[in-house]
Amino acid sequence: MTETIQQPLLSINNLCVEFRTQQGVTQAVDDLSFEIKHGQTVGLVGESGSGKSVTALSILRLIQEPPGCIPAGQIVFEGQDLLQLPEKQLRKIRGNDISMVFQEPMTSLNPVFRVGYQIAEVLRLHKKLSKKKAWQRATELLDLVGIPDPQKRVRFYPHELSGGQKQRVMIAMAIACEPKLLICDEPTTALDVTIQKQVLALLQRLQQELSMSMLFITHDLGVIADLADEVVVMYRSRKVEQATTAEIFSHAKHPYSQGLLACRPKLHDNPKRLLTVADFMSESGEARQPSAEQLQPQIKSDKSHNPVLLEVNNLKTYFPIRSGLFGRVKAHVKAVDDVSFTVRKGETLGLVGESGCGKTTLGRTILNLQPASSGQVLFDGVDVFAQTAANMRQLRSRMQIIFQDPFATLNPRMTIGHAIMEPLSIHHAAVGKQQNWQRVAELIEQVGLNPDILNRYPHEFSGGQRQRIAIARALAVNPEFIVCDESVSALDVSVQAQVLNLLLDLQEQHGLTYIFISHDLSVVNFIADRVGVMNQGKIVELNTAEEIYRNPQKPYTQKLLDAIPKGF
Amino acid sequence: MLWLILTLTFFLLRAAPGGPFDQERELPPEVEQLVAQKYQLDQPLHQQYANYLKSVLSGDLGPSFQYADHSVNQLIGLSLPVSLQIGFCALIFSLFCGLLLGIIAASYADRWPDLVAMIVAVIGISTPNFVIARLLILWLAVHWQWLPVAGWQGGDWPYLVLPVIALSFPYIAAIARLVRGALLEVLQQPFVRTAQAKGLTRTEVVFKHALQPALLPVVSYLGPAAVGLMTGSVVIEQIFGIPGMGRYFVQGALNRDYTLVLGVVLVMGLMMLLFNLLVDLLYRYLDPRVKGT
Amino acid sequence: MIKLRLGLLLLSCLVLAVVIGPLFAQFDTETIYWDFMASAPDETYWFGTDVMGRDLYIRTLKGGQVSLLVGLLATVVSVVLGVVYGMVAGMAGGRIDAAMMRLVDVFYALPFLFLVILLLVFFGQHIWLLFTAIGCYLWLDMARIVRGQTLVLKEQAFVESARSIGQSTRLIVLKHILPNLIGVVVVYATLIVPQVIMIESFLSFLGLGIQEPMTSWGSLVNEGASYMELAPWSLWFPALFLSLTLVGFNLLGDGLRDRWDPQMQNQPTRKSQTQ
Repeated sequence: MTETIQQPLLSINNLCVEFRTQQGVTQAVDDLSFEIKHGQTVGLVGESGSGKSVTALSILRLIQEPPGCIPAGQIVFEGQDLLQLPEKQLRKIRGNDISMVFQEPMTSLNPVFRVGYQIAEVLRLHKKLSKKKAWQRATELLDLVGIPDPQKRVRFYPHELSGGQKQRVMIAMAIACEPKLLICDEPTTALDVTIQKQVLALLQRLQQELSMSMLFITHDLGVIADLADEVVVMYRSRKVEQATTAEIFSHAKHPYSQGLLACRPKLHDNPKRLLTVADFMSESGEARQPSAEQLQPQIKSDKSHNPVLLEVNNLKTYFPIRSGLFGRVKAHVKAVDDVSFTVRKGETLGLVGESGCGKTTLGRTILNLQPASSGQVLFDGVDVFAQTAANMRQLRSRMQIIFQDPFATLNPRMTIGHAIMEPLSIHHAAVGKQQNWQRVAELIEQVGLNPDILNRYPHEFSGGQRQRIAIARALAVNPEFIVCDESVSALDVSVQAQVLNLLLDLQEQHGLTYIFISHDLSVVNFIADRVGVMNQGKIVELNTAEEIYRNPQKPYTQKLLDAIPKGF
Repeated sequence: MLWLILTLTFFLLRAAPGGPFDQERELPPEVEQLVAQKYQLDQPLHQQYANYLKSVLSGDLGPSFQYADHSVNQLIGLSLPVSLQIGFCALIFSLFCGLLLGIIAASYADRWPDLVAMIVAVIGISTPNFVIARLLILWLAVHWQWLPVAGWQGGDWPYLVLPVIALSFPYIAAIARLVRGALLEVLQQPFVRTAQAKGLTRTEVVFKHALQPALLPVVSYLGPAAVGLMTGSVVIEQIFGIPGMGRYFVQGALNRDYTLVLGVVLVMGLMMLLFNLLVDLLYRYLDPRVKGT
Repeated sequence: MIKLRLGLLLLSCLVLAVVIGPLFAQFDTETIYWDFMASAPDETYWFGTDVMGRDLYIRTLKGGQVSLLVGLLATVVSVVLGVVYGMVAGMAGGRIDAAMMRLVDVFYALPFLFLVILLLVFFGQHIWLLFTAIGCYLWLDMARIVRGQTLVLKEQAFVESARSIGQSTRLIVLKHILPNLIGVVVVYATLIVPQVIMIESFLSFLGLGIQEPMTSWGSLVNEGASYMELAPWSLWFPALFLSLTLVGFNLLGDGLRDRWDPQMQNQPTRKSQTQ
């Protein structure tokens, strides 16, 4: 590659962004500088709250002021400082020279206008096209971003399209005026892996066809591996490293980048426990190296001779679709459609599939939180669906669930202590209050938190901490079996690694049996002994994790595996 | 639905003690009987109910007990157009002012125009209607003599202005608050940011992209508001001496004029159904997501 | 935040005035001072006298006690009715819920206010009847809001989590649903109080409100409004107190709502049809 000395398209110099609220000033971006050259793709990587999205919004001055405020820095685009530009001129750049694709395709399109109108609006604004021509161009753009039957879809409202299609519409809107710079703020985070792959491929194709520059913001290093020329890593509002993509992946310099790379489970050769950022960097920011012990490879023991704990036979869960005046049942959604499998003691069964495949409903049905339409679940030989209410409550102390959203699983008006106490006061009331509180303190230590926090309320904790609290609550009554329903999906990768390690530790200590539900194949591969692949309510393939990943039998499994970003 | 309301009202009315012809002075029993016979009050209750329903179905709301020689149909026929006229003007007026105030308040959130608009709104909600009405009369009609004090004169416009303003005041305030709240919430939505990123001006963003979704709560408020406005207001009618429908409501209740009250309730119910239908249609037009379900 | 503080400040001043103010009064509510009919405020009669020659200072404050009392008691009635009904409907769900909400729709359409009038006409204008009747009239909004909230809460993961540890329905309601409803209920309760006071003043306009010898802001304002030109102060003082109270409660309610439950700001609530 020949480096010609030319003006970069965009250069950010010493940018600072603050949010000033009554609680005080929060530094969102601190002294950030980097450049984007013509035709180059720069990846901006960091965890939630690292300031990466704020940076993206600042470029077009889209942060809300107040409370947002840019006290210092320059954002130079083609020789003009965007921060000094009057509003009127800035508007000519927005959507025309620089445009954005946002994270939430569901809410980023206006629900009350047709998609064609929304695309045409940009064209009429900046290219001064007539109404008819703009609509025509909108149809062409929909075709370009790969939406089937664009003549028809151009007249659709956003809610009539799928999530992936909405994101394609967003992209069509963003490239309508053939911008010089496209800013993508986590464009694929809300999408399924297979869709993510398609959207990434689309972005890559468009970037080459339109020879535009791209700023790609993501929390997932894997996503940008194939896409970016250069990567900027942000940590706690600051840039900690900037290098070419190849350099970052082969030998990252900053300990934070090293940790970020290591904490994501890979498809092969994982360590016994995942490494976390803390293994590379102390709390104060000093670099350190993980010990050899931590790098021991993971070996999954053979559990195929353990006794059977859970047996699921021909389970079906249908949701009726009612319509008409009297709510007659017209059809059924077959969320779980004739599923059978067994889980052995001490084993982890992973369930993977895309959103809407029925994996969550399956987990809830097994625990009898969702009534089954037909079929049988035997837990340790006991028929779960044939219990009286009182017996069922007894049985619940042996089987538990950990939910996805750490923000919703804890009652906001209950202290942490009482939340963990609740299951104890139901099942172990006889033990006495004093001893139960002691047990609560033990539990909170087991999940790696300080017992001092017991009097506090959930809103004071981060997502990872809340998920630990939820685990402590589930563990309180010494269950044998836990369903983890997307339990790490909402967490940042480094926190995700910590929680996964915790789950493995607890399994080892207490001989727990897990059903681990996730959309993330690499996470499931890391934690599960056997994996079931679900599609449209059915388990299409069920085998040991190794076999599934090395030697997939079904085309659907193959498709899922292909969609995993190949960054590693 | 309408039938349910009518039935409930019918029996509640009858369950309440007292009758339409109870007066200070005892009537001679034979007169009382004659009167009762004339209005079929001597028959068993279920019989009366059946008779009433039958006549309502044929479009006859029965004779008024209090206003002799007038049928309820006549009374309502005379007063409803008056109430409708005032109500309709007030509805348009309060929508216009309410929207304006609400949009101004939301676009200048937490700055002085917002504060002023919201103070006006809070005062509007917090001042009894009859005080506002009388103040308007005192200043605009008595002191400055711009407008007539009261009266109707067949709905001539100078006679309309004051009652319409007085009637609208609390509704303006309510709509302004609704619009402000809804607009502020919509302005937080990601799609507003998308619109801004396209390069639209602030005004275009507010009026084109944010206003339509923000109107939804206002539309659902409009149904009951319209009914309230158009079925007449006792207070306004009494103060301005307007021959509208509201007074029958209270007088009918005070005098136990069964058929009159039932007639008024029926008209109100009909209008409620009509406006709910209109609101539904409007809602569907404004929010395409509703169509699918 | 400003709203909340302003509302609180305003209301505490008013309550203080109404409770402590009468202690400094030199006259009582009923005595008629024949020589001072409709006299303007001066150092003896701080708020002036009304057309019948009664001291307005003490009447305004005593009337305030009655108005606030009616407001609070009627609110309690409507909150209790609304919360119980709404929560039962929300928890039951399905057809029971649909039927219960249908009933609420019917009640909305009923001329409730006029039943209140009927009740008052026949049973006389006892103060307890007044607030019970008004309370029964205003519970519908509360029931709807509580039911909606309950439906949302019921689907929350923490409620399912409580079920998954084997918690009984009764305790789920008490420990998980009810505590999370309190915010909304308090917010809407503060917004019901001004509605009650407004309805009371409307009933006073019809001559059905609080009866002599008791008085209330509503009836004072109404009296004052009738003699506005003769004795404007007899309107100004009660009206000022009445409006300030309503402003105070509205500010407090709005402030609490902004603070506690930002997503509920747009619940369209029916304005009471008192006008």
